[in-house]
Amino acid sequence: MSERTVAPFGRRAARVLDRRRCGSYVVLRCADPEGPRPQGGQFYMLTAAERWGGGAGERPFLPRAFSVLRARTGPGGTELEFLLEDVGPGTKRLCELGPGDELLLLGPLGAGFEPPAAGRRPLLVGGGVGIAPLAIWQDELGAATPALLGFRDAARAKGAALLHAAVVATDDGSIGHHGLVTELLEAELDSSPAAVVYTCGPPPMLEAVRALCAERSTEAQLALESGMACGFGACFGCVVPTRTGLVRLCIEGPVIDASRLETAIVAGAGH
Amino acid sequence: MALMEPVDLCGIELAHPVINASGTFDAIAARRAFGDALAEQFPFAAFVSKTVTLAPREGNPPPRLWELAAGMINSIGLPNKGLERYLSEDLPELTGLLPVPLVVNVMGFSIDEVAQLVSAFAEREEVAALELNVSCPNVETGLMMGAEPGEVSALLERVRPLTAKPLIVKLTPNATDVAAVARAAEDAGASAISLINTIRGMALDPRSGEPWLGGVTGGISGPAVRAAALAQVYSVSRAVKIPIVGMGGIQSGQNALDLLRSGATVVAVGTESFRDPAAGALVARELAGLAANSDVSFLT
Ligand SMILES: Cc1cc2nc3c(=O)[nH]c(=O)nc-3n(C[C@H](O)[C@H](O)[C@H](O)COP(=O)(O)OP(=O)(O)OC[C@H]3O[C@@H](n4cnc5c(N)ncnc54)[C@H](O)[C@@H]3O)c2cc1C
Ligand SMILES: Cc1cc2nc3c(=O)[nH]c(=O)nc-3n(C[C@H](O)[C@H](O)[C@H](O)COP(=O)(O)O)c2cc1C
Ligand code: FES
Repeated sequence: MSERTVAPFGRRAARVLDRRRCGSYVVLRCADPEGPRPQGGQFYMLTAAERWGGGAGERPFLPRAFSVLRARTGPGGTELEFLLEDVGPGTKRLCELGPGDELLLLGPLGAGFEPPAAGRRPLLVGGGVGIAPLAIWQDELGAATPALLGFRDAARAKGAALLHAAVVATDDGSIGHHGLVTELLEAELDSSPAAVVYTCGPPPMLEAVRALCAERSTEAQLALESGMACGFGACFGCVVPTRTGLVRLCIEGPVIDASRLETAIVAGAGH
Repeated sequence: MALMEPVDLCGIELAHPVINASGTFDAIAARRAFGDALAEQFPFAAFVSKTVTLAPREGNPPPRLWELAAGMINSIGLPNKGLERYLSEDLPELTGLLPVPLVVNVMGFSIDEVAQLVSAFAEREEVAALELNVSCPNVETGLMMGAEPGEVSALLERVRPLTAKPLIVKLTPNATDVAAVARAAEDAGASAISLINTIRGMALDPRSGEPWLGGVTGGISGPAVRAAALAQVYSVSRAVKIPIVGMGGIQSGQNALDLLRSGATVVAVGTESFRDPAAGALVARELAGLAANSDVSFLT
């Protein structure tokens, strides 16, 4: 296993450089001058510096977990991008941020994706906002790495532009293949079985990908989600079931090898 | 930093009065997340372990967390490796990495179990003190150990002779008369009292209307419990002479100062560490600043 990149201790301020819409999603770019370059599949705990907790008696109180979408290192240090979908009070507040606003972040955290063994062809399979960790992973593996992405509708499918040459499926058939991304995956595995599947998305999609890969003995690495309070192994709140019992996703994952899982369904996760 | 005066907690010298609350910081996991920076910038003056039980526990089924406007409810269910693996795996690892004294928090489901746990650590010089988590039922009497003065007396009378180490009794706030329980603990030989543990609470899944948490009910922590913590520390400090470790919703130096002024000798930061792992160090720094500018002496 490759060494994980460790996070600086304590949360730090990061300035938002840019906010842009991408269909239904928001992409936030921020400066993390002192931070290390994260690995694909690692995540950060994010908090808006202002109006987060303690304000008007409303949630959010805890930080929220986000996969890194893309990272660049330049003369000014590290720049990070996050892909956000507004599904509740925390993501809503983060989606409101604009250039000059401040984030508090902790990370990079967790264990990311492992590179494919020699002779194995990587294949990216994503759904919805779950495409985020696949973008940075495609940057690392090479732009030619094929990506199959599923979305609910055309507005969300705009997110496909964040990866190179993605093949798209939509639930409503408004763009690309009319149906599930797992149908595309099945066809792909039929034509080239020696693949390693890297996947992230909503729990039912992940579970379908896991089951399909298990059936065909195809290697798969799943980036899972679960409710997190801390992100660094302190609260034991983020556990997911594995063959060897409940494990803390923030420390053992978020990327978990499919061979460790009986199911990709995590209680309380998803919207 | 010169402002941080050392504090004595039952003979253990602490560099400053801020430690962690049990179960809210895992030094071994944090070492994986932050590498050597953890030890270099260790945020607490002592490290308190998560509760260790005799047998391994898987903990409660997920979901285990529910967020509140000012805090959270957890139903973690005390997952841990059990005594044997704690001794063989965690204790050596902690000894290698901690720059501060180690307090081991233990819980048993009967007086016998607590006695076995206390005995197991009695001669371990890596362990500075034991904290007894009594927020659980005694399976022999069916009574909450920490909710009845009689239960706590019986427990302390049995385990006090087993070790010379300080025994810190961590009280549950879910008791009718917490001060009476604290007094019983002091009379039976407790070295210090810590409080508050979480307050029982519950949340419903907004969609199904069923309990959200896998453990059905859970414990409330964070700013939501701060005022309750203040009241309980205040009343216990008037009932006992032994030192008090005060905790519950501390987010700032001012919050810590309030608990110290109400009678605590040391304070512990819990939930706030989830928002920022360095919270303990920030609280200690703010507290030192307040102490420097305050005419009230609180570091006893
Ligand atoms: C490792 C990891 C990586 C992630 N990466 C991304 C990413 O790249 N982009 C992205 O958009 N999202 C990502 N997520 C998901 C993101 O963290 C959540 O969408 C976010 O936390 C939701 O917060 P919220 O306040 O907006 O909504 P919330 O209301 O907190 O969350 C929505 C869901 O949480 C549950 N819920 C409702 N009320 C409560 C409550 N009071 N307490 C607890 N739970 C409640 C319900 O199931 C609800 O539907 C990631 C999650 C993880 C764990
Ligand atoms: C997620 C979580 C896990 C906890 N686990 C333990 C535990 O294992 N043993 C224990 O004695 N107290 C445990 N506690 C209680 C805390 O130590 C503390 O008493 C309480 O949270 C109040 O402090 P706070 O408001 O600063 O969090 C836990 C609290 C939380 C939030
Ligand atoms: S989120 Fe706290 S242990 Fe994983």
